[in-house]
Amino acid sequence: MTIRITKQGTTGGLIKAVERRADVNLSVCYQCRKCSIGCPVAGETESPPSEIIRRLQLGAGDELLQTDLIWTCLACETCYARCPNQINFAAVIDALKSIAVEKGVAKPKGDAPLFNRSFLNSVKSYGRAYDLKAIAAYKLGTGSLGQDMDKFPAMLKKGKMAILPPSGADKGTVSRIFDKASKNRGTGR
Amino acid sequence: MKYAHYPGCSAHSTARDMHESCLAVSKALGIELNEIKGWTCCGASSAHQTDRELAASLASANLVKAGRMGMDMVVNCAACYNRSKVANYEMVHSEDMRRAVAESLGEPYDGSVPVRHFVEILLKDVGVAALRKKITSPLTGLKAAAYYGCYLVRPPEATNFDDPENPTILERLIEVTGAENVEWSGKVDCCGGMQNLTRTEITVRRSAAVIDMARAAGAECIVVACPMCQISLDVRQADMEKLLGRKYDMPVIYLTQLLGLALGMSPRELGFDRLMVDPAAVLKARKEAVPSRR
Repeated sequence: MTIRITKQGTTGGLIKAVERRADVNLSVCYQCRKCSIGCPVAGETESPPSEIIRRLQLGAGDELLQTDLIWTCLACETCYARCPNQINFAAVIDALKSIAVEKGVAKPKGDAPLFNRSFLNSVKSYGRAYDLKAIAAYKLGTGSLGQDMDKFPAMLKKGKMAILPPSGADKGTVSRIFDKASKNRGTGR
Repeated sequence: MKYAHYPGCSAHSTARDMHESCLAVSKALGIELNEIKGWTCCGASSAHQTDRELAASLASANLVKAGRMGMDMVVNCAACYNRSKVANYEMVHSEDMRRAVAESLGEPYDGSVPVRHFVEILLKDVGVAALRKKITSPLTGLKAAAYYGCYLVRPPEATNFDDPENPTILERLIEVTGAENVEWSGKVDCCGGMQNLTRTEITVRRSAAVIDMARAAGAECIVVACPMCQISLDVRQADMEKLLGRKYDMPVIYLTQLLGLALGMSPRELGFDRLMVDPAAVLKARKEAVPSRR
């Protein structure tokens, strides 16, 4: 593994911000690579988990946020479960994702940030997820309406996707939670 | 056996089959599920990718409601189960998180409401002996692969479900139905469900790998307890065939559906008609193989 760091942005790198947000201590990683060996998408990314940790240790900055490797993760948490030092690498990925979105530099293949926004907007509106609306918003935004069109008619007919929006949720509590997230941490702004 | 029941959003959408079979099985076994009034979304995978405090707050909102009912919270969706367990873990271990969640809910929560998956209720509260007595239509000869995926077993510190590398709760329940468990090494592998819409090809490849492994072990169906796994493995089979150029045709059934059949219920009341890959042929072949049973 040869790592070349071209530092961009954030003086001193991202490590402190990531450690704080993920509530982890990355200096305890000794590169045993169990995380990378168990990672189901290691072969699909430029850098597997242990290498992302090494990059952070070496002072990686905003350039790490601009690659799509942090968005290939499946959140299966095999890395965390097998880490001999209990590093919650899934939380590291979540931290990198949220920092990337906040800085406006996340432009991954498949646009997961748009999917997350579409999903959370439906939760904000109804108190529960409204799949059909979230998926439509995401597919319109990515121009991928055609994909999966062969499946929706059968799923709707079989009742495997609700047509009507959900009802019965305590929307007041959910509104409060989203309002506080927006006010205190800028989430969704 | 009384519980506060958290159905989860998929119960009324992509996993109505899971929900219907859970209710039917509960009724037959005398499990009282009291739906939490006004329950809301747990935040799923989108909340924790966006804002950790938002995720913990959304999940805790339901735990607070369950706590007021004074019962354990039972969840049948493995993803909601995972988010609720992780929220509990974070509330117990992080003072900062407790403060953030109290601020967003307007009331404190300490992470103490027990969260249990429905299959744990079946195995630990109902028990194998009581279940066995209720079996009227054993599924003798059916070869099943128990599939756990990620959310039930990881992270083990938070879910504390079973052995994280080799869980056996589903196998013990499948055995009660009379079906035969195949030995395989893919049961805690990931189906790739989180990228189902965003990076579909990753999901198709991961899910195909799971089915290939189950088939190689001799399975005629895969038994799941997670709606994310069910959707990836079942609905994506058409894409697997297109991408990989071979037939898949592997039924993917919820544990509660399988148990319901063995308890003598009809496939219709268990939501079998909602599955994309029809398990009728596999179930019929089994009946023909043991025609004189009962």
